[in-house]
Amino acid sequence: MSDAILVKDLTKHFGSITAVDQISFSVKKGEIFGFLGPNGAGKTTTTRMITGIIKPDAGEIQILGYNMVTAPLLAKQKCGVVPETSNAYHDLTAWQNLMFMGEIFGLPDAYARRQSETLLRAFELTEHAGRKVQSFSKGMKQRLVLAMALLHEPELLFLDEPTSGLDVSSSRLILSMLREMNKRGVTIFLTTHNMDEANNLCHQVGIIRSGKLIAIDSPEKLKNTIDRLHQVEVSFEQEISEDLLRIMPGIIQISHIGDKWKISGENKDALIRSLVRLSEREGLTIISLHTLAPTLDDVFLQLTGGQYS
Amino acid sequence: MNSRIIGEQVVRAWAVAKKDIRIYYYKPPVLISGILMPVFLYLAFLMGSKPVPMSFLISGLLGMTLFFTSTAVSPVVFPWEGQAKTLERLVSCPIAPEAIILGDMIASSVFGIAVTVVALIIGLMLGASVLNWVVLICAILLGALCFSAIGILLSVPPTAIPQNIMLLSTLVKFPLIFISGIFMPVDQLPPLGQTLALISPLTYFTDVVRISYTGGGSFPIGFDLGMLLAFTVILIVASVVLHKKTMPLRI
Repeated sequence: MSDAILVKDLTKHFGSITAVDQISFSVKKGEIFGFLGPNGAGKTTTTRMITGIIKPDAGEIQILGYNMVTAPLLAKQKCGVVPETSNAYHDLTAWQNLMFMGEIFGLPDAYARRQSETLLRAFELTEHAGRKVQSFSKGMKQRLVLAMALLHEPELLFLDEPTSGLDVSSSRLILSMLREMNKRGVTIFLTTHNMDEANNLCHQVGIIRSGKLIAIDSPEKLKNTIDRLHQVEVSFEQEISEDLLRIMPGIIQISHIGDKWKISGENKDALIRSLVRLSEREGLTIISLHTLAPTLDDVFLQLTGGQYS
Repeated sequence: MNSRIIGEQVVRAWAVAKKDIRIYYYKPPVLISGILMPVFLYLAFLMGSKPVPMSFLISGLLGMTLFFTSTAVSPVVFPWEGQAKTLERLVSCPIAPEAIILGDMIASSVFGIAVTVVALIIGLMLGASVLNWVVLICAILLGALCFSAIGILLSVPPTAIPQNIMLLSTLVKFPLIFISGIFMPVDQLPPLGQTLALISPLTYFTDVVRISYTGGGSFPIGFDLGMLLAFTVILIVASVVLHKKTMPLRI
């Protein structure tokens, strides 16, 4: 499988700040790649450079074999871009927005009309085609923007937080469309804060922190890298203080969420035994006790030093 | 860029122009003010205390109409699109910055020409007859492009607040009106005015229009049209170079 995206030593400075610091990675054709990182880590700057919106200060970007810096028009012709904030023209109707995109991508008129009808149907917007976008809900706007990005049947699709703030039905519709697109061979580059989304959709995820790419692998392999962290989730009938739990040996981290305690330790077996001993000694009643497998959230939090987006 | 790509980019520039016309110009308030402007200009001049021959008056009125309409909306298109994030959409598409600028210029020129035709028709109805239609049409086409390029150049500062650009636009546009031979022929201006008039493209437009109505002007026809063309080229090149620098700052 050849590369859809190849990035080498990509760097961008804003004044004295290095927003992106010599990052290199590749995304194979047909993959869904999740790009994760806390706010201000360099995700948006990286994505904007890869999509040709801003120019890098150094480094190389190849998009499906075309250099984004020296041949941006050819590279952009192969891509569809869906930003986080809907940027359809609010004073145009959904149909006019789609037709405009058809003209900008140089599509024959009949083909653009056919594609527009198909996409409006797929995104459940047919009956709103003649309405100005300013009257659309956020979910409708996001579906339209995705339709606009798909009009020319791109080989590579960039999405920034495609389901952020959307209602459940719009979110599900978009995610199922993305899976469908990927089955048809479209490579997807997804910037997201939603770990479940990344975990369920992506073949590979990259995590950026302070402008540097700190991890890149499949979600499962990344989770295995922190398997040494053993967690249990316990709930007691009685209210207890954190200090009582802290006296157990081998404790790394304790957090209290609702009526549950989430405890990380060096050894799962020792942790469970300690909890049982503690409950006997203190006369506590355990309501529930679960062992937890590491999630992509855990990987993200550990790798970004606890910074959440 | 080879000729095929240039051809494609011109077609895409036309798409941008159509989009601009739909969004920014084809609006009842804009259209009504476009039609009312020449009407009010005629009224203001005809009701003035000093009687002015129609053949002299018309060149100034056409100059003001084309200049104000071609520079009315074009300076704020970039700030508006930057604010609405639609500029980011365009930049992520396979369209060159030159084509975006050309599209904005075409839309602005079409609007300027359409309103100027209204002023021209009013002039004909009031008895101002044209001696040289070819020169007049060439002047209006070239003038529209030149003044639109001024509008585009005014939008170079990378602000997302259209009011900032409107202020800059007013500060540049109004002084040009007074030094461009609209209210009196250039050769009757004081020496400083005559020198300043040379750096205003509106001077050459007003003069060549005056020639097309009266047969006489301050400069030869070829010189007027040549200067308009030179200003147009310089303003377009400056717009492209400067917008390429400031466009990433708007996104």
